[in-house]
Amino acid sequence: MSSPDTLTHSKTAQGPLVEARGLSHARDGRTVMAIGDWQLQPGAHALLLGPSGSGKTTFINIVTGLLTPSHGAISVAGEAMSALPPAARDALRRRTIGLVFQTLRLIPALSVTDNLALAQQLALGHVDRAAIAGMIDRVGLAHRAAARPRQLSQGEGQRAAIARALITRPRLVVADEPTSALDDANAARMIDLMFDVADGTGATLLVATHDGRIAHRFANRLNLMAPVAA
Amino acid sequence: MIGLSLAYLKDRGLNTALNILLLALSVASLVILLLFSSQLENRFDKDAQGIDMVVGAKGSPLQLILSSVYHVDIPTGNVPLDTVELLRRQLGVAEAIPLALGDSFRSFRIVGTEPAYPALLGASLAGGRMFAAKMEAVIGADVAARTGANLGQRFVGGHGMSSGDDGPKHEETPFIVVGRLKPTGTVIDRLILTRVESVWDVHGIADPGEVHHEGESAEDHEAHAGAAEVTAVLVRFGSPIAAVRLPGFINRQTNLQAAVPAVEVSRLLALVGVGLDAVRAFAVLLMLTAGLSIFVALLTALKEREGDMAMLRVIGASRAAIIGQVASEGLILASAGATLGLLLGHGVIGMAAASIEQLRALGLNALTFHPGEALIVAAALGIGLIAALIPALRVLKTDIAETLANAR
Ligand SMILES: Nc1ncnc2c1ncn2[C@@H]1O[C@H](COP(=O)(O)OP(=O)(O)OP(=O)(O)O)[C@@H](O)[C@H]1O
Ligand SMILES: [Mg+2]
Repeated sequence: MSSPDTLTHSKTAQGPLVEARGLSHARDGRTVMAIGDWQLQPGAHALLLGPSGSGKTTFINIVTGLLTPSHGAISVAGEAMSALPPAARDALRRRTIGLVFQTLRLIPALSVTDNLALAQQLALGHVDRAAIAGMIDRVGLAHRAAARPRQLSQGEGQRAAIARALITRPRLVVADEPTSALDDANAARMIDLMFDVADGTGATLLVATHDGRIAHRFANRLNLMAPVAA
Repeated sequence: MIGLSLAYLKDRGLNTALNILLLALSVASLVILLLFSSQLENRFDKDAQGIDMVVGAKGSPLQLILSSVYHVDIPTGNVPLDTVELLRRQLGVAEAIPLALGDSFRSFRIVGTEPAYPALLGASLAGGRMFAAKMEAVIGADVAARTGANLGQRFVGGHGMSSGDDGPKHEETPFIVVGRLKPTGTVIDRLILTRVESVWDVHGIADPGEVHHEGESAEDHEAHAGAAEVTAVLVRFGSPIAAVRLPGFINRQTNLQAAVPAVEVSRLLALVGVGLDAVRAFAVLLMLTAGLSIFVALLTALKEREGDMAMLRVIGASRAAIIGQVASEGLILASAGATLGLLLGHGVIGMAAASIEQLRALGLNALTFHPGEALIVAAALGIGLIAALIPALRVLKTDIAETLANAR
């Protein structure tokens, strides 16, 4: 643990929530992701757009501290994520980031409610049943709260996954391909929901997709190019 | 996280139940073996306390010990009453207590003896008084409980050692209950004690110390009176020299044999022990199988759950927490199996004792615990933990980012 939370807050109150400097990543001598300098301001909705293989997931893994970039640095909430030791990265991710995957990755053995409770327990160290019920209600799943993930429709599952990402009140919500498997109507609803819930909690949103259908919804767009052979 | 473990276990309920059952069976068999052999040995020791040597008719020494010390086998025969006096005259003999066997009441043996016998086994009166006159009887605690016999009650013995009501009755010579013994946890609880002369009376053998009744001819007397005999004599030594000298001395007498309970019991236990060892090896194998089965179940479950694990790490679970979660699954399985196994083991012992007369006679008891059971439970938990930790540690080696990218 480096600095107390209050200090981190005041630091990031002025600065960007995510800041990349000279960031790129190479695998086996091949550059698979190149972003350079980039900033994400608190409360913004940002879209990371690029064709398949352009490095979107790679970038998200770097932002969330799951991957160390080969070049450059990234900071999240004022902390140098890429320079932190693994345990501190875990802690930073736990405190500040909520993740939504295309494959929802809800825990199949747990009900919707318990999936949220587990996330809360792990991130905050306690379970707030009222907050969970409120969040589930907010994503329109009150009637499915006791259901297991495999009993949910795709759309219901996505709402549950968003609810789980947001229940810990993360400052940054990161979503990797949240809409690519959805039809137009559901893709639009998914984005509505994420905007709505993120705005309600004051969260910053970073969505990675190759799905051009939702691009127009984002003011802040970062385009990644398909990798060129080195 | 414990809630998560329970949810996972519930999620593959059938597999969980099977693993718990497998472990429970192995724990139960080990517990049964342990209780059986320890209670048997304990009982053998307690029943033979203070009895250094048994003298009886020639035959199998083990049979002599079983019949006169443990009251489970039929006697080897009878020996002349003089034997008691012969033994009492020997140097180094502290006590020589005669036993006259042959009859029973509702499958409880009637033992003609002296008050020194219950005293030797540490029995004391719970009510009434010690037998004194002929045909007076003192009953053990189990006899009192199971027959409901009270002080002052009369009963007739039946001929035979255990068939009880089937044997011919000695209707004309009833016993009267004058005393009741406190429970001792020894064979005495299951005996009916009376004077040796009472047993003779029942069988029409004249007491050599008794004056002939008037009007009874010598022929009459001879006709129904065999020689005064006892079945066996229990001997307690007063000096260690007796232990060296006496058994040999007795065995040189043409019609007598001496047997030492400690020797015969250890010989018996060695025999039984080979069988028990085989069963024990099988039970240990069963426990290892249960461990292997838990290992395989967790390994496949964790393989399916790699994505879950990665996600748990992403939402903030530390490595230690993940290991702990998987370990707790193994431990929950193991403790459920161990608990069920303990219940099952004691239940089987209880049912065996309730339904098999000989086992109850040997003092098999479901409600006593043996310290070794803690060891069995610890072994089960250890196996569950190891079976869980191996796959858990494997999971830690996987790259989270890669797992999340791959498992679609
Ligand atoms: N584990 C890996 N080992 C080797 N190369 C990898 C690995 N993961 C990704 N790559 C390569 O890195 C490049 C970027 O991959 P990444 O997954 O970031 O793309 P993406 O933009 O998320 O694509 P998609 O839209 O298909 O999800 C690709 O060329 C990919 O083949
Ligand atoms: Mg991707």
